[in-house]
Amino acid sequence: MKIAVCIKRVPVMEVKFAIGKDGASVDETGLKYDVNDFDLWAVEAALQLNEKNAPGEVTVISLGTDAAQEQIRKALSMGADKGVLLKADRLPGDAFAVAEALAAELKDGGYDVIFFGKKSIDADNSATGAMVGELLGLPVVTGVSKLEIAGGKGTAHRAVEGGIEVLEFPLPAIVTVDEGLNKERLPSLKGIMAAKKKPLESRPAQLGTAGVTVQKMELPPERAAGRIVGEGAAAVPELVRLLQSEAKVL
Amino acid sequence: MANVFAFVESRGGDVRKAGLEAVSAARQIADQTGGGEVHALLAGAPGIAAQASRLAEVGADVVYVVEHAGLAQYDAESLAATAAERIRAGGYRAAVFSATAQGKDLSPRVAAKLRAPLAPDATAIAVEGDAIVVRHPMYTGKVIGALAITASPALLSVRLGAVPAQPNAKAGRVETIQPAADPGASKVRVVELREGNKGKIDLGEAAVIVAGGRGLKAPENFKLVEELADSFGNAAVGATRAVTDEGWRPHSDQIGQTGRVVSPELYVAVGISGAIQHLAGMRTSKTIVAINKDKEAPIFKVADYGIVGDVFEIVPALTQAVRAAKAAH
Ligand SMILES: Cc1cc2nc3c(=O)[nH]c(=O)nc-3n(C[C@H](O)[C@H](O)[C@H](O)COP(=O)(O)OP(=O)(O)OC[C@H]3O[C@@H](n4cnc5c(N)ncnc54)[C@H](O)[C@@H]3O)c2cc1C
Repeated sequence: MKIAVCIKRVPVMEVKFAIGKDGASVDETGLKYDVNDFDLWAVEAALQLNEKNAPGEVTVISLGTDAAQEQIRKALSMGADKGVLLKADRLPGDAFAVAEALAAELKDGGYDVIFFGKKSIDADNSATGAMVGELLGLPVVTGVSKLEIAGGKGTAHRAVEGGIEVLEFPLPAIVTVDEGLNKERLPSLKGIMAAKKKPLESRPAQLGTAGVTVQKMELPPERAAGRIVGEGAAAVPELVRLLQSEAKVL
Repeated sequence: MANVFAFVESRGGDVRKAGLEAVSAARQIADQTGGGEVHALLAGAPGIAAQASRLAEVGADVVYVVEHAGLAQYDAESLAATAAERIRAGGYRAAVFSATAQGKDLSPRVAAKLRAPLAPDATAIAVEGDAIVVRHPMYTGKVIGALAITASPALLSVRLGAVPAQPNAKAGRVETIQPAADPGASKVRVVELREGNKGKIDLGEAAVIVAGGRGLKAPENFKLVEELADSFGNAAVGATRAVTDEGWRPHSDQIGQTGRVVSPELYVAVGISGAIQHLAGMRTSKTIVAINKDKEAPIFKVADYGIVGDVFEIVPALTQAVRAAKAAH
C-alpha cells in the first residue's frame, strides 16, 4: 500500500502568545514547535496501516518553511519512509491556497490512503483535508475516531453532535484523524538514527491564491478574576444565590 | 442589496438548532448588506419539507427543499454538489454553514467546488465596507483572528451559539428542488447513526454543562455529575481528557483543545484542575463555577465563582439546592 500523511509544524501551545508587529500574526520570538497533535495521530494511523499491509510505503508531506524539515524528520523517526517538503516562505491563512499546493503534490502519487489531522491547532480551519479530497475527486471521511481498512474498503466512525456516524468508503480515499483513534508512538533512538538517512525531498509549493485575509489578530479579553465563594457544602447556598441574582443563570 | 444563503443542518427529519442559527446568521449578514433575502437549503428524507416554516420564522425568505430517501442520513457528496449548484445559481454575497462536525465536513467541500474563500468557525460576524469579517479563535483560543473576505460568495461556518436564532418571521416561499447529485451514487455512505445519550442534550447545544475531572476518582462517581446536570434540567455532561483517557466517559464527552469547544451560559467544573488544554475548550463559557479541593488549582483563575472543598460533599448539596431553587420558580 502507498500511504501519504500531510503534517504541519505548529507552535507548542503552552505559552502566552503575543501579537506580532504587523498586528495580524503571532510574534514568533521564543516559540517552540512540534508536529500538530492531530497530525501525529494521522502519522500513527498510517504506520499501523502500513504494518498490517506490508510491504508498503509511508510518505510524509509538509507545506512550510525550511524549518518544517524538523517535523518531517520526527515523522520519519517514528517510522515513515520518506518525506517531502513543499517550501513556502510564509503559510497563507487561507486553507484553500494550501489545499491546492498539497493536491498538486498528491495528484499523481498513486496513494491508496491519504491521512490528515482533522484540524491544525494554530489556524484551526478544519478544512484542508476535505478541500484536497474535493480537488482530487477522492472520497473523504473527516474526523475519524475509529478506522478499519481491508480489501480496498474502509469503515470509519465519526463523532457528530449527539452521536456517532458509521461510514463506509472505497479506496483510494482521504481520511482526517480525530483524537481517540490511537496514541502516537515515540521516536526510538534507532528510529532517530535511521531517519537521518531517509530521503527528504524539497520543492517549492505551488500555493493557490488566498481569498481569506487575516486582517488582525488579538488576544482574547482576560477573564476577570473570580471569587472563592467559600469552603465546603456551607458555601452552597451563597453560590446558588449568586447564580440566581448576579449571574442570572438559574 | 445582496442575498445570502444558509445551509440548514437537519437530522432524523428534524432541523438542528445549528440550522436555525445558520439562518439567523445569514439574516444578520443580509440586513447589514442592505436587506437582501435569505435563501435556506433544507435537505432530508421525504417529509423534511414540513420543517420549512420553522426557517421562515427565523428569517428565511425562500426555503429550497430537497427531499430524497437517500438523504435520511448525512450524505456529504450529494449535499455538497447541491449546495454548490444553488450557491452558484443564486449569486449570493455570502453562504453560511454551521461549524458542527457535519458543517466542517461540508463547507470545505463546497468551498473547493466553487473555488470560493471559506472563513471557518466564526464566533462573531460583521460587515465592514465591502468585506465580511469574522472573528475566529485560533491557537487553541489564545488568539482571536479577524478574517476578512471581499470576494463573493464568501463562505463561512458559524460556531454553535455564536449567533442565537432570533424570531424574525418572513412570508417564506418554499421551492422544491432536485439534488444536484444522486445520494445513491455517493462513494462515502453513512451506514448507521448511533445516537449517544439518547434524549439528552448535546454539549454544543446545552445552556448548562456540568463537567467532571479526575477529582471524581472513579467512573461510578460520575453519577454525582449526572444528578447535578439533571437538577438544572437543561444541562449536558462533559469530561476532561484525564477522564476519557481512563475510559470513564466516551471521548465524545471530552472538552478541550483536542475535544469539544463549548460556550454555554453556565459551566460547572467538578474536580477539574484547569489545565490549559481543558481551558481551551471552555474558557468562552459565560459563567464558570469551579469546585475543587485545591485552592491553588488553575481552574479558579478562570472561574467566576469557586468553592474550595471535597466534591463528594459539595456536589450532592449543590444538586439539592439547585432542585429547590428550580422548584421555587
Ligand atoms: C496534546 C494534549 C491535548 C490535550 N487535550 C485535552 C483536552 O482536550 N481536554 C482536557 O480536558 N485535557 C486535555 N489534555 C490533558 C490536560 O493537560 C490535563 O491532563 C487534563 O485536563 C487534566 O484533567 P483533570 O483536571 O480531570 O485531572 P487532574 O489534573 O488530575 O485534576 C484533578 C483535580 O481534581 C481535584 N480533586 C481531586 N480530588 C478531589 C476531591 N475529592 N474534591 C475536589 N477536588 C478534587 C484536584 O485538586 C485536581 O485539581 C491534553 C493534553 C495534551 C498533552
